[in-house]
Amino acid sequence: MSKKVLMRGSQAIGEAAVRAGCRFYAGYPITPQNELTEYMAEAMDGLNDGTFIQAESELAAINMVIGASMAGARAMTSSSSPGISLKQEGISFLAAQELPAVIVNTMRGGPGLGNIAPSQSDYFQATRGGGHGDYRTIVLAPASGQELADLTRTAFEYADKYRSPVLILGDGMMGQMMEPIVFPEPIDVRTFSPKSWILDGAKGRPSRIILSLLLNPPEQEDLNWRLARKYEIITREIPMSESYMTSDANMIVIAYGTAARIAKGAVKRVRELGLKVGLLRPITLWPFPNRPLKELSRHVREFLVFEMNMGQMIDDVKLALEGRGNVHFYGRPGGIISTPDEIAKTINSIYHRQHLEED
Amino acid sequence: MKKTVFAGFGGQGVLMMGYTLALAAMDDGKEITYLPAYGAEMRGGTANCTVAISDEEIFSPVASSPDYAVIMNNPSLIKYESMVRSGGTIFTNSSLVTKTIGRDDISVIRIPASDIAKKLKEERITNMIMLGAFVAQTQLTSLDSIMNALSEIAKGKKSGLMKLNRKGLDTGAEYVLKGAQV
Amino acid sequence: MAKKIFQRPKYLKKAVFHYCPGCGHSILHRLVAEVLEELDIGERTIGIPPAGCAVLAYNYFDVDMGEAPHGRGAAVATGVKRTLPDRIVFSYQGDGDIAAIGTAETIHAANRGENITVIFVNNGCYGMTGGQMAPTTLIGQNSTTTPGGRDVKRDAAPIDLSEMLAIARGSVYIERTAISSPKNIRRTKRALTKAFKTQMAGLGFSLIEVLSPCPVNWKMSPVDAAKWIDDTMTQTFPLKVIKDEVGKLD
Repeated sequence: MSKKVLMRGSQAIGEAAVRAGCRFYAGYPITPQNELTEYMAEAMDGLNDGTFIQAESELAAINMVIGASMAGARAMTSSSSPGISLKQEGISFLAAQELPAVIVNTMRGGPGLGNIAPSQSDYFQATRGGGHGDYRTIVLAPASGQELADLTRTAFEYADKYRSPVLILGDGMMGQMMEPIVFPEPIDVRTFSPKSWILDGAKGRPSRIILSLLLNPPEQEDLNWRLARKYEIITREIPMSESYMTSDANMIVIAYGTAARIAKGAVKRVRELGLKVGLLRPITLWPFPNRPLKELSRHVREFLVFEMNMGQMIDDVKLALEGRGNVHFYGRPGGIISTPDEIAKTINSIYHRQHLEED
Repeated sequence: MKKTVFAGFGGQGVLMMGYTLALAAMDDGKEITYLPAYGAEMRGGTANCTVAISDEEIFSPVASSPDYAVIMNNPSLIKYESMVRSGGTIFTNSSLVTKTIGRDDISVIRIPASDIAKKLKEERITNMIMLGAFVAQTQLTSLDSIMNALSEIAKGKKSGLMKLNRKGLDTGAEYVLKGAQV
Repeated sequence: MAKKIFQRPKYLKKAVFHYCPGCGHSILHRLVAEVLEELDIGERTIGIPPAGCAVLAYNYFDVDMGEAPHGRGAAVATGVKRTLPDRIVFSYQGDGDIAAIGTAETIHAANRGENITVIFVNNGCYGMTGGQMAPTTLIGQNSTTTPGGRDVKRDAAPIDLSEMLAIARGSVYIERTAISSPKNIRRTKRALTKAFKTQMAGLGFSLIEVLSPCPVNWKMSPVDAAKWIDDTMTQTFPLKVIKDEVGKLD
């Protein structure tokens, strides 16, 4: 096992990507995630089979990733909110052409240019597709340095397994914060069986085509059905969440990423006061972990969604609860990081207003 | 859990102090987070970072009411004086921090770190003097752990600088432990 | 025994071109396929078709083909080539694709000296979408979005993309040819051969701009369209080697 190291979140993604066999990175400078781009520049320079390109635009970067993925490489690009908007064309193509790729979004305040402070303003964009067309993107939401490293490995595995773009959704704080990390051992993708669909020259085999133009409606419908079946499998196989003190809870806080850390601190605080409150932290945002929420709704009536935006994931929480329970919301947009105290007060107020029983 | 804010001008080694402390505590086996201020905030010429050290999982890496603040200039004192929790401690580089502290519910430890460094003819180690004093007072880690962290950061190079760092740390530690005789 | 002197090139599929009567794409596809065969590189070639009329090029070329989003051919080609440096990578792009929406990707790929070959088909209009003004539409030329003809004040002058790319430090071979006559077609094939050889030798970015007829959108007969290229289009876009830092290649 590797040694524990202290590393910035953005760089941890870079190191984990290299260890996951990522050998192609293209990116464009944008704060607060430049440390990842810089890390990849250095890392790829030190590998004899690695490629780093500082692209002329976000669009060029994602399209270079399309090319590298077509050619069989484990490929990654990264950006922050406004840059991810620009990449959406390419993400739609990756979905349509069923190409694996990992895209990192270190979210900042928005809309527009917004600011560079940590935010969760892009939940809708991440989980609803973002680009045009009938598709889904796997979205992973780490909440610690260790999880950044682990989920980066997972992201590359899912990308290849499901031939799909995978989005790692972090924020400025996750990217900048340093935490102790134990990295998974590096893997050598050259030992994997070769991908059966890549474009590497039609030597001794029929030529291959990777396309997304399907002028004939029945053919387009076939692709949409194939994608839908794939998304069904993904929805069955990969939902991930963390439950914290939920077993006896009569109120549940739902939060992800940085917000979940703050919420966890708040839950711990109110537990000390005797309030029976738990936390459900979605780790996959798409597919959303519906099942644990549905199960909790059998004995819990009050749900508080906390997000660093004005209410986006709350839609998914309501869908998962299918009308059961009361869904409350607390949000701090604009790059403000709430304190656990602030959330604890909100929990307290709802808890007592609803006359919930204490220990 | 203890949270410490380090704050000052860019170039004073503020981030280095925090990073070294975080690394040392990690190697001690503690849970830690290190959160530097970044981006436009950094370009304003001020630097600050927050280190949380705990035996348990750390939730928020942000310090809304830090236990300790290590303050290297007046603007940082203005920013953080009111934030330090009641019963907490402010460490100032009193060679540069001249503003008086109005609160009486916190301890203040004044270390004339720049003057000490000048006397030693090594202004580079001002931050090490502060860090030595801080560690000696708070016992969040040991000076040996700090030294190990520093050599880990330097990756074995610059052994001359290492000796100098040690001297800074020891001088700072002595200053707070023995009272102001340097 | 009779000697076969004309046959379908190895790297063209058995398919009927969908292109309009008199369109230049069919001829150009054939030329590219012939060159791939003559240089014996078809089995290690990856082609990047554009959005535009030639998007369906993958139905004709019997080599690996990966479709790029509109204008992004040079970026996608970059990704493929950097991943597989010993393969031959070409993008095939129309004037709207390469000289309007994909200008940035193209200029930067050229400036980086990406070791790829770009085939730039200039027919002075957006063919697939029905004949709108392209960046290369001539002054005075009619299109569905330039009523009364392209007007410099209103619509800007045509863009000389190939000349712009010649300024880019990483480009090594850029030539403008046409497929308007047997002589020009032979010249086009020679240029294509040199461009692919440039890539095989690892020398850098090569681009062949091909003036190509679009009789349907030009509202001309194929014969008149060919003549219009020679008489009119070449006034604005003269046929010439625009940049050659390659010299003679074996």
